[in-house]
Formats: sequence, structure tokens, C-alpha cells
Amino acid sequence: MDDISADPRPSIGHYLFSVLVLALLWLLLAGSLATAELIAALAVGILVTAIAGPRLAVLSGVRLSPLAPWHLLRYLLTFFTALVAANLDMARRVLSPSLPLRPALVEVRTRLRSSLGRMLLANSITLTPGTLAVDIRGDRILVHWVDCPPGTDLDRATAAISDAFERHIRGFLE
Amino acid sequence: MTPNALEILAAVLLAAALLIALLRLVTGPSAPDRVVAADTLTVITTIAIVGLALLFANPLYLDVALVFGVLAFVGVVALARAIEGGRS
Amino acid sequence: MRLLADVFLLIGAAFACLGALGLVRMPDVYTRIQAGTKAVTLGALAFLIGAALLFPQWWAKLLCILGFILFTSPVSSSTIARAIHLSGIKPWRAPTPEASGQAPMSPQAAKPAEGRR
Repeated sequence: MDDISADPRPSIGHYLFSVLVLALLWLLLAGSLATAELIAALAVGILVTAIAGPRLAVLSGVRLSPLAPWHLLRYLLTFFTALVAANLDMARRVLSPSLPLRPALVEVRTRLRSSLGRMLLANSITLTPGTLAVDIRGDRILVHWVDCPPGTDLDRATAAISDAFERHIRGFLE
Repeated sequence: MTPNALEILAAVLLAAALLIALLRLVTGPSAPDRVVAADTLTVITTIAIVGLALLFANPLYLDVALVFGVLAFVGVVALARAIEGGRS
Repeated sequence: MRLLADVFLLIGAAFACLGALGLVRMPDVYTRIQAGTKAVTLGALAFLIGAALLFPQWWAKLLCILGFILFTSPVSSSTIARAIHLSGIKPWRAPTPEASGQAPMSPQAAKPAEGRR
């Protein structure tokens, strides 16, 4: 919330990226590849990007390198594995009669600098086993952990919760 | 599309989920509990609308689900900001 | 094909039901958010995969709905968690014999550490 203005201005590549993503979204919603739809998709992408203009600073964290899609794929794979693991874990906790919970609030350090990257990391934390991102202050993410082992400090929490995601996210976001 | 036994069971489970979440929405001891229940309810409702699209074999319901999801998200975020109460 | 789709639909509905159950069973707001968000999100994922197997020609719009749910559901739950945190609610502690301050929601919740298998 407070350091969105810290993002640098987006480059021309980021504007092109925005146009492409919006056009793709339009095509998915329209569900056809007719010539008219293609033209409309490009028009909508350019129009929305032009209107949003400098407020697209959130996008400036996107790394526009040829390896980025590969990292995105690896990230999605890690993410879906973690999502399924999270749910089996949560199902076990909900269904076991004794409710095995040791909840606590811990802090996690992140080295991602862009707000988009931090937001994606917080989202991933929320959907992984037993953790819920509560707040972001600077480079610290406050996490509610359902099963916190006693004597957890910053480094150990970081290693247990966010390191795996952060490694993959750094491939396509700053 | 005529539903078979498995699909009817899925529909019953979805209805049960809606009712249980509604129970938390009604009984929830504090305002945050109710907001959490409302958040969960919106996602379950979105799934249920997709289920309606399957039942009537009509893709128009998918648009309904999408728009409902967007509006519900905005509503839940607004509710969350409201219970925050301006303190920060 | 129809059987596989039905299995996915059933898994999705079961996880939605499980999420709602967690919403009722969990002792405090934070854990309720966790149970609600995670289970229902995976439920949506499985249900939409099932729908895409039943009607493959709808894949584009189903993908839109799926991406939207995967993106916004954690955002809204984090927003709620932040609001709760800012309004000063502390996470629930497992009640210990010497500090019996907060009453747990269910009587069985008294010994959380032993119940792990």
C-alpha cells in the first residue's frame, strides 16, 4: 500500500507487454480467433494501456527476458504442488477431532523489490500449507502460521515458508 | 445435460457447503467472522454458478459467474476496509 | 471421459464442503480464513477442471474464471487478515492449564500438540 510509488517508471517494453496481456485476455473472453476479434483485442489493449499510462508502474517489476516463461512454468509447477499439499494438510487438521493447531505470527524476509513480486509472493504464501500472509511492511512479510514450531526466528521462518517460491519468482519478477 | 448420480452427489455437496458457510455467516460471533464467511461463500457461489452452466449446458452462465466473482471480490475488499475502521 | 470429469467435479465439491466445515470448526478468525481460502480455492480448481472435461469447447472462459479465482481469493483473504490484524485481534493460543483465558470453540481443542499423526 505505502511503497507502490517506489516502483520505477515502466519502459516501452512493459507497455508492449501490457498491450499483449490485455489482448490475450480479450481473446480468451471472446473465445474466437476471427479477424475482427483480433483487431478488437489489439485496439482494446492499446486503448487501456494508453488510459492507464503512468499508473502501470506495477508492471515495471516484470523481467522481459527470454528465460522468463520457463521460470514462470517452474513457479506454477511448484505452486500447484504446494496448493495440493496445503489442502491435504488442511483437510487432515479440519477432520481430526483434536484440531492440531499451534498458531503464531512470524515474520519472513523477502529480497523481491517490486510491489508486484511481493504481492505474488504473499499470494503464494497464503495458498501454501498452513501459512497466511497478513501484512507487508518494507521487506518483511507478516505471516500467520498454523503449525509454528517452538523457537522459530526470522531466518528459519524464511527458509521454511518463502524460499522455494522466491527462487522461482526472481526468475521473472524483480 | 441430464445429471447422473455422481453429478447429483457433487451438487448436494455444494449445497451442503453453502449451508455450512451460511451457518457461520449467521452465527459468527464477531464482524470479522462474518466477513470471512462471506468471502468463502462468494467463491462457493461462483463454483455453483459454473455448476448451473453445466446443468443447463449454457455457456452464458459462465459470464454470470465471472461477473459475480469480480463484483464479490470488490465487495469483500470493501467490507475488509470497513472493519479495519480507519486505524492503521 | 464423463466419468473422469465427474470425479473432478466431485473432488471440487468435496473440497468446497471441507472448506465450509473448516470455517465452522476452527477456533479463531485467522485459522478460519486459512481453512476457508485454501480448501475452497482448490475446490474451485478441481471443479473447473471437471467442467472443462465435460464441455471442452468452453475452456477459454473457464480458464479466465480459474485465473481470476486463483488471483483474487488470496488477495481478499490477506486483506481481511490485515484488517483483523490492524484492529488488534491476536491469534488464538492453545489453552494451557495455567492460562485458561480464552475459551476454545470446541471442548476437544484442549490438547493440540498430541493430536498429530
